[in-house]
Amino acid sequence: MEIWNPHFECMDRKGISRVQSERLRETVERVYFNVPYYRNKMQEAGLGPESIQTIDDIVKLPFTTKQDLRDNYPFGLFAVPMSEIVRVHASSGTTGKPTVVGYTRNDISTWSEVMARTLTSAGANKNDFIQVAYGYGLFTGGLGLHYGGEKIGASVIPISGGNTVRQIQLMHDFGSTVLACTPSYALFLSEAIQESGIKREDLKLRVGVFGAEPWTENMRREIEDKLRIKAIDIYGLSEVIGPGVASECMIQEGLHINEDHFFPEIIDPKTLKVLPSGSTGELVFTTITKVGLPLIRYRTRDLTRLTYDTCKCGRTMVRMDKCLGRSDDMLIIRGINLFPSQVESVLLEMNEIKPHYLLIVDRVNNLDTLELKVEVDEAFFQDKISQLESLRQKLQNNLESSLGLGIKVTLVEPKIIERSEGKSQRVIDKRKY
Amino acid sequence: MIIHQLSVFLENKSGRLTEVLEVLGEENIRITALSVADTTEFGILRLIVSDPERARELLKLQNFTVNLTDVISVMAPSEAKHYAKILKILSDIDISVEYTYAFSVGDKSIIILRCSDTENAIKALKSHEMELLKASDLYKI
Ligand SMILES: [Zn+2]
Repeated sequence: MEIWNPHFECMDRKGISRVQSERLRETVERVYFNVPYYRNKMQEAGLGPESIQTIDDIVKLPFTTKQDLRDNYPFGLFAVPMSEIVRVHASSGTTGKPTVVGYTRNDISTWSEVMARTLTSAGANKNDFIQVAYGYGLFTGGLGLHYGGEKIGASVIPISGGNTVRQIQLMHDFGSTVLACTPSYALFLSEAIQESGIKREDLKLRVGVFGAEPWTENMRREIEDKLRIKAIDIYGLSEVIGPGVASECMIQEGLHINEDHFFPEIIDPKTLKVLPSGSTGELVFTTITKVGLPLIRYRTRDLTRLTYDTCKCGRTMVRMDKCLGRSDDMLIIRGINLFPSQVESVLLEMNEIKPHYLLIVDRVNNLDTLELKVEVDEAFFQDKISQLESLRQKLQNNLESSLGLGIKVTLVEPKIIERSEGKSQRVIDKRKY
Repeated sequence: MIIHQLSVFLENKSGRLTEVLEVLGEENIRITALSVADTTEFGILRLIVSDPERARELLKLQNFTVNLTDVISVMAPSEAKHYAKILKILSDIDISVEYTYAFSVGDKSIIILRCSDTENAIKALKSHEMELLKASDLYKI
C-alpha cells in the first residue's frame, strides 16, 4: 500500500502536534492582521496573536459558522488582496446567498497535495485511468479530483457529471480503473451498466472514490457488490478546501484527516465545549495552511468521532468515523442519539416499503415516544390483513434491533408523505421542553 | 368464474371510506358487495364493482393503494348448512379459505370466497354442482 507523503502522513503524534502549533501561530497572525472580522472577534475576546502559542490554545479562539461566511459575502473573509486569488468556487445555498471560497496559487497546490494523498490511499497511481464524474464548475468536486489525479500522474478523464450513456461507453473504451463521483450516482451507474448489456469482465474498474454526500454502510455494500469494486469514502467541504479534507485508506476503518493542513476538534453542539477524545460530536476544522480563505474553528455541523491510534495502513493521521449525520438533524430519544438517516437505511433494506417516511416524536407521561409513518408499496400490497400486520411487525423488529429503540410503526396510504427533490421534512418533534 | 375484487388499503381515519365511495359514485360505478377488514390502525376495503379495472385506475389517481384480487362467488340457499358444505368441499382438498363474506338476496345467499388455490377451488365446487356466479351475473344483482 503506497503512501503519497509518508513524512507527514506517518509522522509521530508529537511531531504532528509541533507542526500544528507552528502552523496555527502563523494562521492566527495572518487572520489577525489581514481579516478585520477575525481581528474584531479576537479583540472582543481579549486575544492577540501572542495569545496563541501551541495547538492547545486553539480552544480560546472564537468559532466561525456558515452564517459568518454569508454575512461577509462574497469576499469579506479573504485574507489576501484579490490579486493573489487565482480561483473562486461557490456552493449554492439552499437558502439565500451562496458560500464563496477563494484560493491562492499556493492553496491550489495544497489542494492538489491532499487530493494526491486521497487518491493514493485509495490505491490509485500513475498507471490508473481516473474517470472524474463529479461536476466541474463552481462545485469543488470535479476540479479537486482532477488536480489530485494529475498530481499522482494518472490519466484523468474529465467527463464531469451526467450523460450516463457516454460515461459507460468511455469507461469501457478507455478502460477506466478509478471512478470518482457521488455514491448515489455510482449506484445509478451500476444499474445502468447492468442494463446496457456490457459485461462486467469487459470493464477494468477497480476502485471508486465517493463523497460529497452522506452515505450508509448498506449503500457501500450495495455499490461494492453491484460494481464489484472497492468503494472508498472521501470527505471534504468547500469552505475548508473541497474534497481532500479526509479520506479512507484501503483498510476502510475510518477516514484519515489531513491534519497537518486541517486541524479537527469535536465539540458538543449545544455547550460548544470540546469533548473528550473518543466522543461523538460536531466536527470543527481550523485550516492551518490555507492563505486565501483561512477559517478558524469552522463548525461543519457534521457529527462524527475521532480515533488517534495508528492505522493498520501505517498512517498516523487521525481518523474520523463515517459521518453519522448533521448535528441539526440529531434527535435524543430516551437518552439515545438517533439520526433520521439510520431509520432510512433500515427502510432501504426492505423492498416492501418505500423510503418515504415521517418520524413523529412526542412525550407522553414524561416518556419520549417515537412513531414512524411509512407508505406501503403498491407492488407489495395484497389484500390480507395478516400480511400487512407481519410487514409492520418485521419493520418494527428491524428498527428496534438496529437502533436500540422501540418505535411504533404505522402504515399509511401513499403520497401522504411530502416529496421534494431536496430536503423534505422527515421529523416532527412535538415535545415541549 | 374468477371475479376481480377491488382491495383498497385504508388508514383508520374518518372520511376515507366515504371518499372511496364518492370517487366511484361520480363515475357511476355500481357496487355489488362490500366488506371491511380492519385492525386498530388500518383496514382493507374489499369491493365487488361493475368495472373493476376502471375503478382501480380512478382510485389510483386519487392516491389510494389498490389491488385486484381473484375471488370466487357461489350462490346457495341461505341455510347455514349450505355454507358449511362449501367450506367442507374446499378443506377436503386442502384448499384454505383466506377470508369469506356473504350477503343474501331473497332466500339465496351469495358467498364470496378468497381461496389459496382459486382454479382448483372452482373445479371442486363445480364437480359438487355448486352454482358459481360469473362476474357479469354478480354485477346485475
Ligand atoms: Zn489507514
